Parts: sequence; structure tokens; C-alpha cells
Amino acid sequence: MLWLCSDQASFAPGITVSVDGGWSQHEMRAQTTKRLPGEEGIWVFICGDLMVFSIFFIVLLFYRSQNLPVFAQSQQTLSQSFGVLNTLLLLTSSLFVALAVRALRCEPAPNRELATRLVGAAIACGAGFVVVKGFEWSAKISAGHTLSSNDFYMFYFMYTGIHLLHVLVGLLVLSLVLMVTRRPQLEPAAVRMVEAGGVFWHLVDLLWVFLFALFYLLK
Amino acid sequence: MRSLLRSRPTVVWILLVAATVCSLALFELSEAADERRLVSVSVLAIAAVKVRFIGLDFMEVRHAPLVLRIAFEVWLLAITVALIALYWLQSAVPVLAS
Repeated sequence: MLWLCSDQASFAPGITVSVDGGWSQHEMRAQTTKRLPGEEGIWVFICGDLMVFSIFFIVLLFYRSQNLPVFAQSQQTLSQSFGVLNTLLLLTSSLFVALAVRALRCEPAPNRELATRLVGAAIACGAGFVVVKGFEWSAKISAGHTLSSNDFYMFYFMYTGIHLLHVLVGLLVLSLVLMVTRRPQLEPAAVRMVEAGGVFWHLVDLLWVFLFALFYLLK
Repeated sequence: MRSLLRSRPTVVWILLVAATVCSLALFELSEAADERRLVSVSVLAIAAVKVRFIGLDFMEVRHAPLVLRIAFEVWLLAITVALIALYWLQSAVPVLAS
């Protein structure tokens, strides 16, 4: 069985810490007090990014309605398998980051070892997304479908390209998070940095959920 | 101590994977033109539910200050209604007519 928080004895030998019903003290506090994960700045960025992508999504559906046959025909060339695989990779990667953040909140001491492993696994899943996207794009380009082929492919390459840029930035952020979790001492500011990095990575996941539905599954 | 497998993010992840599989099944199984509208609206609605779980549980908006929670819920509702309405009113009509 894998535990989110290590055995208390390994952190504080001889000291008994009461934990109620499997919930850590921090998690119990989180149930009752409201707090912003990460820094305010990351949430300002996220709000802006969500607004921009919301406009992207609406513009996409508007152009789709103007040119349905081209969109329907072009969509048939997409591989739903690639789309689902990439969705599962990002969802799993997001789970690992969410668990890593919680492992760092364990009391009396953060479970840095587990957090480091989880962030490493999240980076591997994110890198997997980039590889799958690379295969997908190269298959499309070698079949003659490029940015200038038609409106569908223009939007497809542009939106998934901007999203891929988010993934690459996210991987860079997670690499920084990995360096932080390896530190022997974790200051509150470092934990907030990990939380902020995690929130950005979840945004990348969230945006892909809508992109996957709009490009791959809409009929 | 909490098991990794029983923690809330893991349970949410299982739901997200199940929702993804449901979306794909709906896409693969629908053929008739009149089914397409319902399937596409369902796909968009499922995507919105997935986004809500990612926001509330992975990004921890559930435990964030109320103003952020309200902003997130309002944004999600607005974009979901906008996308479904845009699809329903414009995109699907020519398909039905053909």
C-alpha cells in the first residue's frame, strides 16, 4: 500500500501524533479554512489565459458553423486514439502533481521523497504528451495537411500549437518544482512555488480537455 | 496516514478517466444525423464536468476564497452555455438539413 504521508515515526521517533480518521491535520484545516494555493500572480495569469482560450473556442465554433463540410471532412483525418492517449497522459500527470502537493503538506514533516517521485512521474507523462503530439503532427504533415490546407487545419495547428507551448513551459516549471522538492529544507515560500507550478500544470490539463472535445469529438 | 489510492485526487482521476472513455464511446457509437447533435452536446457537457473537477479538486478552487470559486463557476457555466448554444444553433442545423 502506498501512503501519502510517511509513517510519523520516521520523522519524529518516540513522538505520537494524533491523526483523526486518516486525515492529516493539514487536510483537516484545509476543509475548514479558505486559502489560495500558490501566489496571487499565478491566478491573475490563469484568469487571463482562460479568457483568451474562451475566445479561441468560440471563434473555432463560429468558423466551424460557416464551413461545416470542410470541418467534418478534415476531422475524420484526426486520430481519436492519439487524442485519448494524450488526454490520459495529461490527466495522470495532473494527478501526480496534485498528490505531490499534498505529500508536501504532510505533518509533522513533508513527504519530500514521495513528492519528488510524483513530480518526476508527472514530467515523464508530460514528455509523453509531447512525443505523441510530435507523432500526430508529423503524420498529418506527411499526409499533406498543413497550417495552410484549410480553416480546420489552421485552427488545429494554431490552437494545439499554443497549447503545446503551454505544455513545454509547464515541463520547465515542473523541472524547477522538482529541484525545490529535493531541497533538504522547505520554506513556506518554496511550498507556495510548488503549489503555483502545480496550478499552472492543471491549467494545461484543463485547456486540453476542451480542445480534445472541440477538435476530436464534435460531430 | 492516508493511502494514495484512497485520496480525493485519485478518486477524481478515476472519474475523469471514466468520463473520457464515455465521451469516446459516445463519439464512436453515434452514426445517425439526429444522434450527432445530442452526442456533441453530451461531449461538451462531459468536458465541462471534467473541467469542473480539475478546477475544484486538482487546482483546489474548492478550498480557495469564495470570490475565486464564484469566478470559476461563473466562467465555466458561461463558456459551456456559449459553446453548446453556438453548436446547437448554427453548427448542427446544416447537418440535419442535408
